[in-house]
Amino acid sequence: MAGSFLFSQFMGGLTTAMFLFLIASGLSLVFGVMRVINFAHGSFYMIGAYLAWQVVQWLHPSAEAFWPAALFAALGVALLGAVVERLFFRYLYGREELYQLLFTYALVLILGDAAKFVWGTGQLSVSAPPVLSGSVEIFGTAQPLYNLFVMAVGPAIAFAGWLVLNHTGVGRMVRAASYDREMLDALGANVGSIYTGMFVFSSFLAGLSGALVTPIQSIVPGMDVLIIVQAFIVVVIGGMGSFWGTFWGSVIYGQVLSFGILIFPGFSLFSVFALMAVILIVRPWGLFGRPI
Amino acid sequence: MMEPGRPALACRIPWTLIVFLAAATVPWIGNRYDTFLASQIVIDALFAVSLNLLLGTTGLVSFGHVAYFGVGAYVCGILMKTYEVPFVLAFPAAGFGAALFALVSGYFCVRLQKLYFAMLTLAFSQIVWAIAYKWNDMTGGDQGLPEIPYPDLDWMDAIPGFGDLRIGARFYLLTLVLVAVSIAVLRMITRSPFGRMLTTIRDNPERAAFIGLNVRAYQLAAFVVAGTFAGLAGALYGLFSRGVFADYVFWAKSAEVIIMTILGGMDFFWGPPVGALALVWLNQQITAYTEYWPFVLGTILLVLLFLFPGGIVGGIVAGFRLARRRIARSDA
Repeated sequence: MAGSFLFSQFMGGLTTAMFLFLIASGLSLVFGVMRVINFAHGSFYMIGAYLAWQVVQWLHPSAEAFWPAALFAALGVALLGAVVERLFFRYLYGREELYQLLFTYALVLILGDAAKFVWGTGQLSVSAPPVLSGSVEIFGTAQPLYNLFVMAVGPAIAFAGWLVLNHTGVGRMVRAASYDREMLDALGANVGSIYTGMFVFSSFLAGLSGALVTPIQSIVPGMDVLIIVQAFIVVVIGGMGSFWGTFWGSVIYGQVLSFGILIFPGFSLFSVFALMAVILIVRPWGLFGRPI
Repeated sequence: MMEPGRPALACRIPWTLIVFLAAATVPWIGNRYDTFLASQIVIDALFAVSLNLLLGTTGLVSFGHVAYFGVGAYVCGILMKTYEVPFVLAFPAAGFGAALFALVSGYFCVRLQKLYFAMLTLAFSQIVWAIAYKWNDMTGGDQGLPEIPYPDLDWMDAIPGFGDLRIGARFYLLTLVLVAVSIAVLRMITRSPFGRMLTTIRDNPERAAFIGLNVRAYQLAAFVVAGTFAGLAGALYGLFSRGVFADYVFWAKSAEVIIMTILGGMDFFWGPPVGALALVWLNQQITAYTEYWPFVLGTILLVLLFLFPGGIVGGIVAGFRLARRRIARSDA
């Protein structure tokens, strides 16, 4: 019995971890390449969730509305990211980090209220697609199929991201941009469009994770601010800009949260922030990152 | 700092004294609500000035300054409510508590560069938040600490003209005096050789280290001073709002005080108080019309970042310089 209890605790932690990984990977990517902390990443995630809900409403009679909704949400948020980057953000690249931080914070304020204005302040929810709505029994515990699906999507995206970054021409350009922007510029690469591309892709991931979270969490105002801090912790633990670092960071975070509740009830919140502080003190570049 | 070439007359007027005296008349010429707003402005002004010692003077971007504000608020609140300690002791204790926490957390923070510094300050402030939120026995947890008693202000009866002031107005006047003294001390620190060293570190840390300054020690000292005064502001705020709640320590509040500082102008000592005044006033005006205050605040922030990075005071100073140049040109 104790074994199955620990196992379900472990699986709970893993589900949290994989959701966080989906969100944090985009955040980590933007930091790794552009050296910018994007507070608005959580807002993009929230907008993705609302967009998914909206599309499901439009396609209501269809049982499989979830999949087109998730795709639409991810693309919609990617478009939003493109607009933000082209119209505003690119003018701040040369400025001090304080201005970049505040710019993304201004987006948090604006998008948070815009979402309230359009979708109201009530709780909205989306049901899981019928294919994934059941559950299976593993080691005597019932695991929802949808959670298992997310646990598969997380590593798949991590692997795809790692593959693209390390084994393609585009990935080489992105890595070069994160090492030395001016040099790459001088060599004739279009650094501006690499930055735009990274920002748009990161927004796409945020929108997608927002859509994917809707079957297991209700959509409420304030989910943006709650998630962004958690995503930060994950990125800090794993190492900013490192794909696998973010992956393992999420796993560690999920397990600390999940088992922290058992060991110090009431202090699991404290334990994750303390973990973040300790990592920043001992290894500011994270467990898997490289010093910059 | 005297602005170079400023008209002599403007320099001779004791502006700070005039503003202080004008602020002191609020309980008599205004209504209860004016006194309420003025209290908020005065406390926010101290909080923002303390942040600007880091942000503007030393060039350290702290995203967790609210932690020290919160520690001060909780120390003072817990001492006065749970242990019935008088304000004369609880208030300095709040500053001391915040200073102590700033010393411990700052010791680690100043070892990090730029963004990592910002993130570690954020992490520490979230640790404070998590403790405040969960330590029910001491902080009241998510219920907070309501009904903190006002300090005993009966002694003010002895001052002529104060006899029929309500307790809220009396507390406002006490706050005003304490904040004025605190800001004066911060002003002295900023203008002292120590303050100049901080600015040297902001402009060029390598050079500062090269001429023999212990950069980290100076940054840590600035961090502790800023934390102390943030703690004093927090203590006053807890008493003013009659309670301390975990919300006060949430990271979004740190962003708010940064916005205040930038809005006023972080390159000027008097920028943050102007920002506090402007933000509290704007908030009061706008929330009367719409509930979408964050939207308005975000838009103001965008305008500031792209059009007026110097803030209100920066804009005014630039305007004056432009006007003077025009006049000088037409004279020639």
